Amino acid sequence: MAAEQPTATVPGDQTRIHNIGYRSYDGPRLGRAYARRSLYSQSLRGAYGLGRSAKSKVLPMLLFVVMCLPAAIMVAVAVATKANDLPVDYTRYAIILQAVISLYVASQAPQSVSRDLRFKTVPLYFSRPIETSDYVRAKYASLASALFILTAAPLLVLYVGALLAKLEFADQTKGFAQGLVSVALLSLLFAGLGLVVASVTPRRGFGIAAVIAVLTITYGAVSTLQAIADVQSSSGAVAWIGLFSPITLIDGVQSAFLGATSAFPGGVGPSNGVGAVYVLVTLGLIAGCYGLLMRRYQKVGL
Amino acid sequence: MIATESLSKRFPRVTALDRLSVDVGPGVTGLVGANGAGKSTLIKILLGLSPATEGRAEVLGLDVATKGADIRERVGYMPEHDCLPPDVSATEFVVHMARMSGLPPTAARERTADTLRHVGLYEERYRPIGGYSTGMKQRVKLAQALVHDPQLVFLDEPTNGLDPVGRDEMLGLIRRIHTDFGISVLVTSHLLGELERTCDHVVVVDGGKLLRSSSTTDFTQTTTTLAIEVTDTDEHPDGTRAVRDALDARGVTVEDGSGLPGAGHVLLLTSAGEETYDLVRDVIADLGLGLVRMEQRRHHISEVFTDNDAARKEAVGHGS
Repeated sequence: MAAEQPTATVPGDQTRIHNIGYRSYDGPRLGRAYARRSLYSQSLRGAYGLGRSAKSKVLPMLLFVVMCLPAAIMVAVAVATKANDLPVDYTRYAIILQAVISLYVASQAPQSVSRDLRFKTVPLYFSRPIETSDYVRAKYASLASALFILTAAPLLVLYVGALLAKLEFADQTKGFAQGLVSVALLSLLFAGLGLVVASVTPRRGFGIAAVIAVLTITYGAVSTLQAIADVQSSSGAVAWIGLFSPITLIDGVQSAFLGATSAFPGGVGPSNGVGAVYVLVTLGLIAGCYGLLMRRYQKVGL
Repeated sequence: MIATESLSKRFPRVTALDRLSVDVGPGVTGLVGANGAGKSTLIKILLGLSPATEGRAEVLGLDVATKGADIRERVGYMPEHDCLPPDVSATEFVVHMARMSGLPPTAARERTADTLRHVGLYEERYRPIGGYSTGMKQRVKLAQALVHDPQLVFLDEPTNGLDPVGRDEMLGLIRRIHTDFGISVLVTSHLLGELERTCDHVVVVDGGKLLRSSSTTDFTQTTTTLAIEVTDTDEHPDGTRAVRDALDARGVTVEDGSGLPGAGHVLLLTSAGEETYDLVRDVIADLGLGLVRMEQRRHHISEVFTDNDAARKEAVGHGS
């Protein structure tokens, strides 16, 4: 206490400096919607380590750079070689770099929700004008937005680069738009899965491991099964198997409806009929994740 | 400020609150009860976070069942447990909580600086909370409950885990919340003695039932007990006994403090006010003994119940 009172030797001064009395607050109270927005922006900033320690900025920023770097290189190559097209489709970019995206979700989803559970900050939030649904929506929206920034930024780099390289405008714009729709879906899906898994445990380490497991093991299993099915030339099965992992789900949706070439073995994505199932499953999963989160936080009172 | 009317909360196996009717006015009110007496459940219901099984409750004239969000905008809450993330600074955390209460960004910053200063956090407020002492953490918890200038704060066991000095500082701070800040306080504790010194009014609950609700002066009249301890001299080899006899002679009932630390050397007497202190001083001085200590006994919650009738004693027996 001594350090902050250098004038302590002169009691009169000290009183004047430190005791200016309590001032009450008569200004506006902006209520529930504002509180929800505040939580959203705080969580979104937190997802990139802003407003937190320097250490916690390292990983998200590094992953962001890793995400954008290949796009920048591709653009540089395209401009330098005066190519007629970008080396990679907009829709394909996220699929290629899925490991980076998974790593980001695994590191930031627990950061977003497990911390609140572990340090019991959740009850404090609920002693404010917000309700359960506000908390869940703010957290879900913030992680989905953070993921969208992560996945859309390289697409923007590609697009701007393509325009600089004077590639065909209409063609590029269409591809860019399709890419954005695809990564938006991917962001919602991955954020939902990540948060559901992370909200189960207050331990950050477990959360990280569990999210990585959910995202990569399912992908590993599905792509192995698809490869086997492809060798046995049952291409119908390849499409159906793809329903069981998040990244193949997005792949299926975009190759059916967003003009993408599929990364499935044999390069054949689901037909429009099966594609509709893909869309339904994706939307169902997103809604399911939201529902599970609501149920999870219904019980977390004081 | 707070009014409940036969408020009940039943869980499948426990009845946390049993037809509790209580009125709490402005000022500092203590809510006393053993662990599991229903204090936290009551706060939860008053914040509009948990529906009551039956009965109704109003906070600041707003019904808790329908106006929960409005209540929470005007009420502060300091939980009993730890609730602070270690990797952010107190300033950062309290600003965030101010915004969560609906304060615009600039106001949130100003109020945070003010409030942290009022609770006694200065330069350290820019350091991560992880490195704070328990006392400092309690201050941050208090600051986040006050930052939006509520009309009423709920403080759940604010002195938990503090050393005697920290305890006194916290109690002084709680007193100031009302006298200087004009904010009414509902503070819970399982130590009655602590609340006696701080509160205008004390509500005692046990097993979800209201045992007693009265102003603190009522309590002190019946419960202030002095403990005195004296030295022995050659003239009076048993000083304790001598004091006892002398006081008996003057018509003051004295009990020996059996069951207390230093039993046999401690005398307990009921204080009637200033004159009792003077009497004890004179008696001991006349005998030429040394006064080792004379202090107000810290009452444990159970002692309130021993004053009450047998039926209530029984209820306590079940409750604890």
